[in-house]
Amino acid sequence: MSTPYSSSSGEKGSSLGRDAWLRLKKNRLALASLGFIVLVIVACFLVPLLPGIPDPNATHPDLQFLGAGSSARSMEGRDVFYLFGSDQLGRDIFSRVLYGGRVSLTVGFLATFVSLTIGVVYGAFSGYVGGRTDVVMMRVVDILYALPFIVIVIILSTYVSAMEDWKPVKFLNELFGSSLWLLFVCIGAVEWLTMSRIVRGQVLSLKRQEFIDAARSLGLSQTRILFRHLIPNTLGPVIVYTTLTVPAVMRLEAILSFLGLGVQPPDASWGSLIKEGADLMASDPGLLVYPAIIFGATLFSLNFLGDGLRDALDPKSSKD
Amino acid sequence: MPRPLQDQTLPGWFSNPVRLAVGLVLALHLSSCREETRVERATREKILLLGNGAEPKALDPHLVSSVGDSNILRALFEGLVTYHPENDSLNEPGVAERWESNADFSEWRFYLRDDARWSNGDPVTAQDFVYSYQRILHPEMGSPYASMLYFLKNAEAFNRGDLKDFAEVGVKAEGERVLVCTLVGPAPFFPDVVKHTSWLPVHRGTIEKFGKMTDPYTPWQKPGNHVSNGAFMLTDWRINAHVKVRKNPHYWDAANVKPNGIDFLPLESPFTEEKAFRNGLIHLSYSMPESLIGEYKALPDSPLHIETYAGSYFYRCNVTKKPTDNADFRRALAYAIDREVIVKYVTLGGQTPATAFTPPSEGGYQPPKVISFDPAKAREYLRKAGYASGAEVPEFTILINTLESHRNIAMAIQDMWKKNLGIEKVKIENQEWKVFQQTTQDLNYDVSRAGWIGDYVDPNTFLGIWVTGDSNNYTGWSNPDYDRLMRESSHLSDPAARYAKLAEAETVLMDGMPILPLYWYTRVYLLHPDVRNWHPLLLDNHPYKHIDLIPSGEGGSL
Amino acid sequence: MDSLRYLLSRLAQSVFALFCIITLTFFLARLAPGGPFLDEKKIPEHLVEQMKRNYGFDKPLPLQYVRYLGLLLQGDLGPSFGNKGFTVNEVIAEGFPVSFVLGICGLAIALAIGIPVGVMAAARRNTALDYSLMALAMLGICLPTFVIAPLLGEIFALKLGWFDVALWENSSAWILGAVTLGLYYSAYIARLTRGSMLDVLNQDFIRTARAKGVPPLTILFKHAFRGGVSPVVAFLGPALAGLISGSFVVESVFGLPGLGQHFIKAVTNRDYWLINGTVTVLATLILTMNFLVDILQAWLDPRTRANR
Repeated sequence: MSTPYSSSSGEKGSSLGRDAWLRLKKNRLALASLGFIVLVIVACFLVPLLPGIPDPNATHPDLQFLGAGSSARSMEGRDVFYLFGSDQLGRDIFSRVLYGGRVSLTVGFLATFVSLTIGVVYGAFSGYVGGRTDVVMMRVVDILYALPFIVIVIILSTYVSAMEDWKPVKFLNELFGSSLWLLFVCIGAVEWLTMSRIVRGQVLSLKRQEFIDAARSLGLSQTRILFRHLIPNTLGPVIVYTTLTVPAVMRLEAILSFLGLGVQPPDASWGSLIKEGADLMASDPGLLVYPAIIFGATLFSLNFLGDGLRDALDPKSSKD
Repeated sequence: MPRPLQDQTLPGWFSNPVRLAVGLVLALHLSSCREETRVERATREKILLLGNGAEPKALDPHLVSSVGDSNILRALFEGLVTYHPENDSLNEPGVAERWESNADFSEWRFYLRDDARWSNGDPVTAQDFVYSYQRILHPEMGSPYASMLYFLKNAEAFNRGDLKDFAEVGVKAEGERVLVCTLVGPAPFFPDVVKHTSWLPVHRGTIEKFGKMTDPYTPWQKPGNHVSNGAFMLTDWRINAHVKVRKNPHYWDAANVKPNGIDFLPLESPFTEEKAFRNGLIHLSYSMPESLIGEYKALPDSPLHIETYAGSYFYRCNVTKKPTDNADFRRALAYAIDREVIVKYVTLGGQTPATAFTPPSEGGYQPPKVISFDPAKAREYLRKAGYASGAEVPEFTILINTLESHRNIAMAIQDMWKKNLGIEKVKIENQEWKVFQQTTQDLNYDVSRAGWIGDYVDPNTFLGIWVTGDSNNYTGWSNPDYDRLMRESSHLSDPAARYAKLAEAETVLMDGMPILPLYWYTRVYLLHPDVRNWHPLLLDNHPYKHIDLIPSGEGGSL
Repeated sequence: MDSLRYLLSRLAQSVFALFCIITLTFFLARLAPGGPFLDEKKIPEHLVEQMKRNYGFDKPLPLQYVRYLGLLLQGDLGPSFGNKGFTVNEVIAEGFPVSFVLGICGLAIALAIGIPVGVMAAARRNTALDYSLMALAMLGICLPTFVIAPLLGEIFALKLGWFDVALWENSSAWILGAVTLGLYYSAYIARLTRGSMLDVLNQDFIRTARAKGVPPLTILFKHAFRGGVSPVVAFLGPALAGLISGSFVVESVFGLPGLGQHFIKAVTNRDYWLINGTVTVLATLILTMNFLVDILQAWLDPRTRANR
């Protein structure tokens, strides 16, 4: 998540970027969060490659609902160790959480990236140009806003299943191992709306302020003003909103799983694991607790990192 | 944790300021709901609260086909013969007070009672039945269950549109009180058949007040318009919320109808339904989450009921499509499934692993023991099918309709095929019920999950659907030997000889293996002890008029 | 006079937006693969043809569209294919009040919790209070509604017996539904409020006021609050839309007969007129909300108004 900001702040010149990094380094909570996120990403993407990590979809129905840390011998004579316990089909929850993390993180980050890019460019342009263009662009956003999101995704998914033999669709399906890519394209394509509104609002307020007038009177080009001065100054709210977008996206993915449109069984995402666990929370809390804790901790970290970045990037906050 | 015992101790309001605050806000609300649960009040008012699965499709006997819908229709309508409250093989007089057949069971005469009335007071006549059978069989009606009436002579030809004159179909009214049914062949079990919802009568005047005879889904089936002849009449229908029926004052046996009414509640999620039961909101659940069965079993005086149910859970194979077009491949799939593991650890409801398609009935038909779990045999069949290993099998998909338990079974089977046959590329696809049905009917699947519940107590209700051209086949499978054996069985009136012939047919079916039988159903549900006169039934078709509601304990505990 | 013209032009824009949405949904739904004539058993071909004729599906699509618009103007949303025998008007008339009550109560709860929490956290920036409130808010966002809803049901309905766990008629389960939705959005609103309050508090006019010795509470509520809640107001439109259309999970967990359930089923059943009908109703609601929000925002932050 940090990539878009650091790159755009990098554009502003090294001194501000370095200042920001120095300030971020002082914020231990943010650093710890960054560390945790890196840890989770490494765990989800690299740990399953280690030998000894069980297949997340291998069932041992006779070993269902075992507690955390139990080892058992299945009726096929295989020894199994369950770090986080087993689910209703005797599958390893630890392994499922790791593999589920791959899906959730990919969806979360890619969809947020899509929405961020579209939203910031669109909103900043609309707000900066203003006038009739702004009105038209914002009406387009209004129209899209009033379209209930779920319907678009469901209708689009019916189109996609009909187009399965179409080459680009086939290629993307194979690239991601499923039609999962559709999820973040759809989510990303919808989530940018709020982002663009927020950025536009900020730009509208900012462009009347003195420093923009100053930049203009210095004869700076429009693009330069937009990308060097306006967009970087909207970063505060954008970062805050982005930290809200990642969990929102992950949650949307889970709702789609709830509707049977997310990951297809036997594969899992954190959202679908939590959903399954929530049904069984009274009888087998382990199924809910482990994915929920890791999911929650990841989102917490993203949030604290976002806050840390916000403080670090907001030059005014250093004067406090 | 299931907590069927309601916590009767009042919360300690004053122990905690937050609680106090919340408590004050809710005091009024609490004082009203603490005294009596919904179920307790309903018991007092003799209203049965039933969880009923999905929202009903229609309240017209000629349009429905699901179990939940037929539950409602059984309350609203009464057929010639009705269900016995304790044994589905017994027949209770309904609109007909008696019936008789000729020597070879191919012609039946039903004598209608004088006092049978519609809920608007009109008498129920033999003509009403003739009209109803014409309606359900009419090709323009497109009724899903029309084939149930193919027992009647010429009914099939009329339904297919080959015969235009209904007078030639084997049903006649002799005066207002006698209905004569002429059948295609001997059917000693015919009174069992006419208990089914598809044989229920509709009120001609009401149907035609809102449209032509064959217009489906007209406003006749709305509250206020709906006219029925059963123990109850429709008083309210709100989509996704409830269907309410109340005692029909014109019903001939109204004096002996025990409940004052029934509320059918569409609670689609088994988890929600189980909670509603625990919360005292329903008397009877439609389903039960598998994962909670163990804990309910452990309870003393458990409300959990597990009973034999005449149904078969199986996978259809599309025999018109690779790779399932190969019988050896289908056999490989069938023998690689460990059904013991599925019923013991996945479905958990005391189901029986299937050895064939038709469930056995006590003292009646016994299906052949064909299928078992045999990985070595499965691998042999896989080789015979032309695959040196499972890795060579092209990708195929198990199609299921969206429900937790179907998904768990599919995932377990997917893994069994992987373990026992080495097949890696099996996908699972969820679809919503109607879309799922459409995909299955269009033969647009590879392997598709299915369940079949008997319409009457006879193996014919199971084996009949695999005959070439039957509207429920949906596999593309057709076998002349099978069709011949089934035809021959329909001309036998001696039960033992008939069962032997049917078993022979079923062996042919299992050899062709267009389906992979998995297990024979049980009914697993929660029942409140206030509900009396509720007996286990093989087909689960309870005649509601006999059910009584009596408070079961003090303080309203479950 | 100026503001009246502004109002009217905004209104015209909203109506135009509604028209665009209706058009888009009409074609998106009608062109989707599959058809509405699904049933448990196969419907004979001649009957499908007959139904297509009855519903005018045999006519060219643009003609159907014009016909649909014509009926829509008369307030007729057409028949529902998924709930046969019912019109879309009937289905929506039954489902909408449920969703509306859930949505409005959820929104009220969200605002009642979210704004004070956000302001409090901003005022006590970087203190333990701020951190714990924000951690709590994040928890609210992290936990999906399908965890919170059954959890609330498990505790407040099944364990404590304060509420019913399901059903709509004579049932208190909807309160738990509204609380579930409200908690989720209150977390959003709290974070949004805190962020924008901090932005405002960092601005020069607040510094000036502070330097002049204006009491902190006066600064907070008199000077900063109006600008601070402005993004929250902007968020209200989408929040209500999300509350109402996103109440599907809550409706399903608590067995409530709202629009959300109809909506999802309509799409899976290709219940064209019900898809269009629900989208039209929801879009009208959302556009109305956005319209009100724009006006409110212009009042709260005169700088945005000047730009129009």
